[in-house]
Amino acid sequence: MKPEEAAQSAADAASTDPFIFLFTVFVLAIFVGYYVVWNVTPALHSPLMSVTNAISSVIIVGALIAAGPAELDFSKVMGFIAVTLASINIFGGFIVSQRMLRMYRKRR
Amino acid sequence: MNADLTGIAYLVAAICFIMALRGLSSPETARRGNAIGIAGMVIAVVTTLADPGVVSFELIAAGIVIGGAIGTVIALRIQMTALPQLVAAFHSLVGLAAVAVATAAFYAPEAYGIGTVGDIKTASLIEMAIGTAVGAVTFTGSIVAFAKLQGLVSGAPLVFKGQHPLNAGLGVLLVLLVVWLCLAEAPAAYWLIVILALALGFLIIVPIGGADMPVVISMLNSYSGWAACGIGFTLSNTLLIITGALVGSSGAILSYIMCRGMNRSFFSVILGGFGVEGGLAAGGDDGERHVKAGSAEDAAFVLKNASKVIVVPGYGMAVAQAQHALREMCDTLKGQGIDIAYAIHPVAGRMPGHMNVLLAEASVPYDEVFELEDINNEFAAADVAYVIGANDVTNPAAKTDTESPIFGMPILEVEKASTVLFVKRSLASGYAGVDNELFYRDNTMMLFDDAKKMTEEIVQSL
Repeated sequence: MKPEEAAQSAADAASTDPFIFLFTVFVLAIFVGYYVVWNVTPALHSPLMSVTNAISSVIIVGALIAAGPAELDFSKVMGFIAVTLASINIFGGFIVSQRMLRMYRKRR
Repeated sequence: MNADLTGIAYLVAAICFIMALRGLSSPETARRGNAIGIAGMVIAVVTTLADPGVVSFELIAAGIVIGGAIGTVIALRIQMTALPQLVAAFHSLVGLAAVAVATAAFYAPEAYGIGTVGDIKTASLIEMAIGTAVGAVTFTGSIVAFAKLQGLVSGAPLVFKGQHPLNAGLGVLLVLLVVWLCLAEAPAAYWLIVILALALGFLIIVPIGGADMPVVISMLNSYSGWAACGIGFTLSNTLLIITGALVGSSGAILSYIMCRGMNRSFFSVILGGFGVEGGLAAGGDDGERHVKAGSAEDAAFVLKNASKVIVVPGYGMAVAQAQHALREMCDTLKGQGIDIAYAIHPVAGRMPGHMNVLLAEASVPYDEVFELEDINNEFAAADVAYVIGANDVTNPAAKTDTESPIFGMPILEVEKASTVLFVKRSLASGYAGVDNELFYRDNTMMLFDDAKKMTEEIVQSL
């Protein structure tokens, strides 16, 4: 076995399945979400819903890739629809959250 | 832009989203948090546009401009009382977008590097099926929730025979279709999954009644996150996975808080039908019981002579749009040196935090508004509890009557105040279909009228 091949097989053995990597990210993110959300004050639960609604529209990144290729086909149309829907949510969600949050005032 | 740089930019965007949620721990940091969230979204979109696969920008620009314009107009025009249905409508869009992205990936897998048409990796197919199914359930479920909240259909639970076996059967069928999809990668299997999931979303929400909507909206919020996660796994996109998990756990926690606020298990809410059979119990033998009714002048007199007043708002206040009149009344009382506080039950209104937003809209300072556990001990020291548009959440039967459907639900102990002023149109029972014994107590004065009209009359009498 040549040295490069040996190095390659060692790297293969050390690297985990990509799914395990993604799953690790997923589980850790749930933990982060759990602790962050329990810290949200109940008074702001409505803005929490509209903010989470806006950020879940980050699904637009998948839509952009579908809508990006040069030739027009069925997938590109689906991508266009998804970009439009996600944009409604992103703009709508962040603006309505900002509108709500601006109303919260302390006693003078 | 190379893949490593993209990965790092996505990480930054994910951190921005976490900070956006972190900011919501206090109203002072929340606005900055929202701005950071917007920054995260801009980073995510710009990074993706720099992807080498994205070469044509006309449709993308058109989609962002059209969608952005619609979203902006809706968000600026919407009335705060219509917030629950707006959020439900937005959830449905996330669901539909997830279905569209999964479909695009199914027909053009090369763009995402998950195989070629007819030869998509099995793991990707499973993830795709989960993403599209959860997205479709979110879509139709949110449409039903929207229709109920907007009053397009009756808010009453719709139950029919064999409902639960039907849903369970459809669920099993869905799993079988996923197996078929993985074995044959047949477009027919894919579309049947979509159609079945659409039907399932409809059937799941239909039996759930109006006042259980806080749980439903939170649950759909959670689903929209899991749908994003499913798509994230399909596309091996860490940003989608992280954001989806944040949103998914956020919605799940809110559902849990709402269920705890009603002392009901999540499954009893989901199985639905609450408040249907209970309607009979309200009609009991209370024909002879004495109710003390008062006028606006009587109420004004009681309020003027108080030194501490606690206001308990409920969904009825939102329906009557009485929050501005209420704030005016409280300002007048504060001007006379009377101590004012607001008490919010976790499930008051139609979405989590609904009452807080409405009071904030009416310029009530947030440090006068308290959650149940923070204020419940103070009712004993209060001279007046002013209950406006709330009912079940004040019912003492929840503490004493083990037979009551609401037994065990945490309630605001308004009966401990010296006088309870109850603004209500009639003696009708609330959502749970339970008679409220508070109406017949000696220290209760019923103010029969529309919440807004009555409050305005009290302001005039003060």
